[in-house]
Amino acid sequence: MHKITKATLALHDLGRCLIAERHLSAIRIISRGLVCAQHGDDSGKNEVYDVIISGGGMVGSAMACSLGMDPNLEGKKILLLEAGNKKVMDEVPDTYSTRVSSISPGSATLLSGIGAWEQITKMRCKPYKKMQVWDACSDALITFDKENLQDEMAYIVENDIVVAALTKQLDSLSENVQVKYRSKVVKYTWPMPLPSSRIRSMGPGHTGQRRDYSNQAADWCRWTKLNGEAAVWGYPQSSGTMTNQAVVAVLHLSEPTENNVAWQRFLPTGPIAMLPLSDTESSLVWSTSHRLAEELLELDEESFVDAINSAFWSNENQSELIETAGSVFRGTLSAIMPFAGSPRQLPPSVAGIGPKSRVMFPLGMGHASEYIRHRVALIGDAAHRVHPLAGQGVNLGFGDVACLTQLLSQAAFNGKDLGAIQHLLEYETERQRHNLPMMAAIDLMKRLYSTNVAPVVLLRSFGLQATNMIPTLKVNSSSIYIQTYLPVHHSEPDHHTDNINHLSKLSSASTQTPPTALFSDYTELYFSGVYNFQGSEPTTMASKFSPKFSVTKSVWVGCRAGPRAADSGVGLCFHTPFITDHSCEMALFPTK
Amino acid sequence: MFSNKFGRFLFGLYSRKAAAVCGVTRSGFSWTAVCKQRTLWLQRSACVETPRSTVPCHTSVRSASQTTVDPDEVRRFQSLASKWWDEQGEFAALHAMNDLRVPFIRDNLLNVHTTRHPGKPLAGLRILDVGCGGGLLTEPLGRLGANVLGIDPVEQSVGTAQLHSSYDPDLHDRVCYRACTLEELSAVEEEEDGQFDAVVASEVVEHLADLETFAFCCSTVLKPGGSLFITTINKTNLSYALGIVVAEQLLRIVPSGTHDWEKFISPVELERLLESNGFSVQSVQGMLYNPLSGAWCWTDSTAINYALHAVKLRDDPQPDQAEESGSHPEEHTAATHS
Repeated sequence: MHKITKATLALHDLGRCLIAERHLSAIRIISRGLVCAQHGDDSGKNEVYDVIISGGGMVGSAMACSLGMDPNLEGKKILLLEAGNKKVMDEVPDTYSTRVSSISPGSATLLSGIGAWEQITKMRCKPYKKMQVWDACSDALITFDKENLQDEMAYIVENDIVVAALTKQLDSLSENVQVKYRSKVVKYTWPMPLPSSRIRSMGPGHTGQRRDYSNQAADWCRWTKLNGEAAVWGYPQSSGTMTNQAVVAVLHLSEPTENNVAWQRFLPTGPIAMLPLSDTESSLVWSTSHRLAEELLELDEESFVDAINSAFWSNENQSELIETAGSVFRGTLSAIMPFAGSPRQLPPSVAGIGPKSRVMFPLGMGHASEYIRHRVALIGDAAHRVHPLAGQGVNLGFGDVACLTQLLSQAAFNGKDLGAIQHLLEYETERQRHNLPMMAAIDLMKRLYSTNVAPVVLLRSFGLQATNMIPTLKVNSSSIYIQTYLPVHHSEPDHHTDNINHLSKLSSASTQTPPTALFSDYTELYFSGVYNFQGSEPTTMASKFSPKFSVTKSVWVGCRAGPRAADSGVGLCFHTPFITDHSCEMALFPTK
Repeated sequence: MFSNKFGRFLFGLYSRKAAAVCGVTRSGFSWTAVCKQRTLWLQRSACVETPRSTVPCHTSVRSASQTTVDPDEVRRFQSLASKWWDEQGEFAALHAMNDLRVPFIRDNLLNVHTTRHPGKPLAGLRILDVGCGGGLLTEPLGRLGANVLGIDPVEQSVGTAQLHSSYDPDLHDRVCYRACTLEELSAVEEEEDGQFDAVVASEVVEHLADLETFAFCCSTVLKPGGSLFITTINKTNLSYALGIVVAEQLLRIVPSGTHDWEKFISPVELERLLESNGFSVQSVQGMLYNPLSGAWCWTDSTAINYALHAVKLRDDPQPDQAEESGSHPEEHTAATHS
């Protein structure tokens, strides 16, 4: 088991797997690489793989599963390299581990698409329905809850459980996915020379040297050398050069409660968050300065618990000016919109902490300026590293997985070389377009809330209160917290009985569907991104589509388990020979 | 135009196909074409006894030879042989065209051959890529599981293709190349009834010397019911303006002198030619290149580039077998409008 010197932050849980020393922290995908095994018993054996994934954390394993289960990539050989040991979890341990992540519904969809979500829910996961975010310097608060949003906002899952579930899935994919544990990449070699003058080789020749990683900061320096450019910065305190740290712990609540709310309070020193794990336990993530974090770690248990409670409950940071201004503003808003807004609730109080569960680790933010190079793509934390305050780290990573899998699948179905730069560029563009605004927003929030200067406090508290009261703003801003990344070709109808209508509505609204006017007698509709299936004849379902789509044929291309694997479903794939630049949505619907 | 009609009448006397003539008239008045047509007719009237197979009935600039290969074209492509795989170089547009032509070929073949192999949709099919050049289209088809033979008269191109395909171990046993012409290949194949499930001639027809022989040879090497895929350029004023003036001289999308407008052929003319050789044209679809984005897209108009799919008719076409060239019968009936 890797050491828990660095645990993952979970402030609204970012599943950002800060990997401990013996892990490869960067997750990279290399297409068509030659692997020279350096193991004692395998020495001299050279094998060729189609895709190599280095780094077997949550995102890396999810990528391996996703590629392994893709029907268009069947027959391709995939290798996953992981420096740690294999994580097998026959039974869930009684104590909670400190590393947890917030899995958004979009990520849950991806995980269920690869069959891991069912395992996770069987093991242990905690959905939460509401989140309250408030300021320490004023009375402003905002809550997100299910009346505006879906049933569950997100799920808190321990990282170990995610990885164990993914490992189990990988075991079932052993024909095309091979996993090498306790392996580290020493050197990359590309089997063919760079063809085009446009892409310069990185560093010395075609190979990238990677050395042993001993800590996170060093990782980033080396990656920069390797890759050319990355924007990296830590969150230093104003006085020194020490980066901010996060303190993570498992908390025992003083009394059992229906624990389905996530709490986050922005203190001037940094946000503190409490995330539900069960009715009696929660996870703590407290981002603060280095000095304060060290102090917190040195406190004895009782004082630490007191510190947590006072952080959540005390009002010492509020000045009178701010209070009056805040209440005036709130009064005005409630005069305009009397029923908007939500009442303030207080988080549960903490009684104790789990044994040996208090750890700290450094925070930072980083973004690689290029996600791709010749035959290499960065996913997950190798490409982007964020502050955990919005709980987005692993969700961005899972978004990368979904996007890249889909593009590689499409490329394989078009007979392209998997490492070709064209679709890697598409991946980079799409993900950067999605990730950069998110990262900017998170960084902005971090900076906004890290002062207690009065004008800034007033500004942000007015903003927060207004957002709380105005529904549309709230729903829009909730997207930061929910981050529903949906793979491009996914649709999940609400009512299984109405799937066909849903699909036709969806398709006609989607800009990606060819308009029905283009259909002729022997044109067929091609849905790319096969979604789900479990047995059943496609032709009978296809016949039901035909009045709307002039479908004459259904073609079976492939399948994967869908979000609600308990429902048996049929995935359809139709064909159009001509309109091939349109891809269409696929629906999951039951056979009966 | 009287001279055209006169020419057609005379050709009718010799029971030649009038396909090419119609093509000329369709493209509008072209004085050079008319003059050439008259010259050729005068030439042909002098050698009327020669058997049909050696004197194809074209009034275009193509020479009345038995080989499809034009030596000028061979010379031109020899000098470009090393540049095939530079994706931003002279052949960038052809690389981009793969996004259209590979799905076109793949989907039309999947319509007919219905056994599914996930990961290798074209497994078990034999495809011939005529004029493969550097193997730009051969390799993707090979990756999709088909056994592809790529032929090209330019030896240097075949060498480049072989070198490039050796980089990918996946293609090793599925893709092979030969430096020969289509006639040579069909001469070998003549004893059997055609060995290939599909013949692909992409951006080739506008470089050929003799289309009739080409169509005949394709018919020879194809299995009955096999598919022929052609992408080429239409012979219209628009294709002259955009395909030659703009593409070659202004924007340099293709190297100057690559195309000769006289060798372009319209879809109607091509269709007639193919149908006279035992093919049934299934679909014709226009393609459009956007020089700004460097990408191709399908379009309704076949005025410039187009793709054509034809199927070799079986010897005794049954009513249901004739249908088979478009879609598989069982699935067709099962998936009909409810």
